[in-house]
Amino acid sequence: MTALAVESLSVRYGAVDAVRGLSLEVRSGQIVGLIGPNGAGKSSTLHAIMGSAPIVSGDVRLDGRSVVGQRPEDVARRGIALVPEGRRIFGELTVEENLRLGLAARRKQRNGGGIERAYELFPMLREYRSRHAGVLSGGQQQQLAIGRALVADPEVLLLDEPSLGLAPKIVDVVFEALTRIRDGGLAVLLVEQRAQRTVALADESHVLANGDLRLTLGPKDAGDTDQLVAAYLA
Amino acid sequence: MILAFLNITWPVFADALALGGIFALMAVGIGLVFGVLRLVNFAYGQLMMAGAFALAYGDQWGLPNWLSILFCFGVVLVLSVLLDHLVFRPLRMHSPAVMLVATFAVAFVLQNIALIAWGSFGKTAGSLGVWQAPWDIHGVYIRKIAIIAIVTAAVCLVLLQLLLTRTPVGLHMRAASMDFRTARLLGVRANRVIGGAVLISGLLAGVAAVMLSVEQPQITSTWALPETIYVLMGVVLGGLNRPIPATLGGFSIGFAFGLLGGILPSSQSQYLPSFIFAAVIVVLLVRPNGLFTRGAAPVERV
Repeated sequence: MTALAVESLSVRYGAVDAVRGLSLEVRSGQIVGLIGPNGAGKSSTLHAIMGSAPIVSGDVRLDGRSVVGQRPEDVARRGIALVPEGRRIFGELTVEENLRLGLAARRKQRNGGGIERAYELFPMLREYRSRHAGVLSGGQQQQLAIGRALVADPEVLLLDEPSLGLAPKIVDVVFEALTRIRDGGLAVLLVEQRAQRTVALADESHVLANGDLRLTLGPKDAGDTDQLVAAYLA
Repeated sequence: MILAFLNITWPVFADALALGGIFALMAVGIGLVFGVLRLVNFAYGQLMMAGAFALAYGDQWGLPNWLSILFCFGVVLVLSVLLDHLVFRPLRMHSPAVMLVATFAVAFVLQNIALIAWGSFGKTAGSLGVWQAPWDIHGVYIRKIAIIAIVTAAVCLVLLQLLLTRTPVGLHMRAASMDFRTARLLGVRANRVIGGAVLISGLLAGVAAVMLSVEQPQITSTWALPETIYVLMGVVLGGLNRPIPATLGGFSIGFAFGLLGGILPSSQSQYLPSFIFAAVIVVLLVRPNGLFTRGAAPVERV
């Protein structure tokens, strides 16, 4: 079932086209990767979905219903959660307060989610629950950011470069968590710089350059670096 | 001992604590709105002035004190909500300078309305004057208003602290004042958080207006204006972006005013604001981020 559908999406900041007519779909229980060089429009796509970047045309639908024109807090409350670039942890709040903040988007009729869900996925968070989030390492903060997004029990999870600045070993932990999240039935849209690892993890990956979709790859293409390089340079 | 050496008596000390408490409430009120809107509400004193005029009318109509106080709260809250809807929300996306100038404009409009309506002598809010009478505490006579103001300020600050740390809406407010953009992406409702901060800020303005009206029962168009400027200095002194340092800053200024005003002979106390201003400048030169903060805080707007 298609959870998130982006159709002919165009995003423009002033005179600059950030995204031009992008279409993609993410089904429940699927990870879709969005890769491409800096400035390709990956983050702009995520922020347009959340309602925090200016959409000039196109549509974003959650379970068939458009969310275009809604405020970011309302999009979050409809069931789309974003793990923002740079994690955006509230360093002066405790780990548990950060998680409680994620509950702001939880819909009343939902029974899932809750802070326990974050603790189950990342037991480290339970251990550090009463510490200030600012003292956590980068990898721990990333786990907190993902946990914070999940406590609201969203249907769609957007991640903006979760591996940024993390050691390879920690990236393994984060990516392994993403497969468990997918297996729990979420629709995951993963924006990444680490192209090869993303292609290997995701059910399908789109290569974005200059705001356009260039190429779509499956997990078996992960070893085919020539195709990737060609898409990046095109 | 030290108190006696500096010629500070217990009544003077209590008055200073009380003024510090009133200033602390005003500082919290200004700081809360700054936290979520990155806006220094220069019209805060005029909100208090409107509440004080409500008290004066309560006095004139012979209302019981509790009803006068409720009337004062009502007027301040209604004005706060109007200010939020007519000024803050439409201008929220504009630059801080635009918002600051807008609050200046609101302040002058309210001030001039008061001047036109009630003239330069204003009105008298005398019915709470009974709080000027002293209580005998083991042979020391301390004015009731001092005790009432200290207790009220302490209770308000504790309640606010509980609200901010123990409730979801308080958590949302704190998060919004740290990083509003991310808070919204997590589902925190911007309008609710801002509306809540404006309401609490208005309530604190009402409380401060009641306390101050006992000290200064002659309500004119510039009533509470100097106090607002002192509190703004205190808030900047403490650290604008942090609720607790801002409160401490407001308290310190009020306490210093109360203490120095009490011990200096009146021929010297007219220079008191100059002394305090000079002290603030020195502090800001030495600790530009505020007296009670650690390191710099990033300032970001919605």
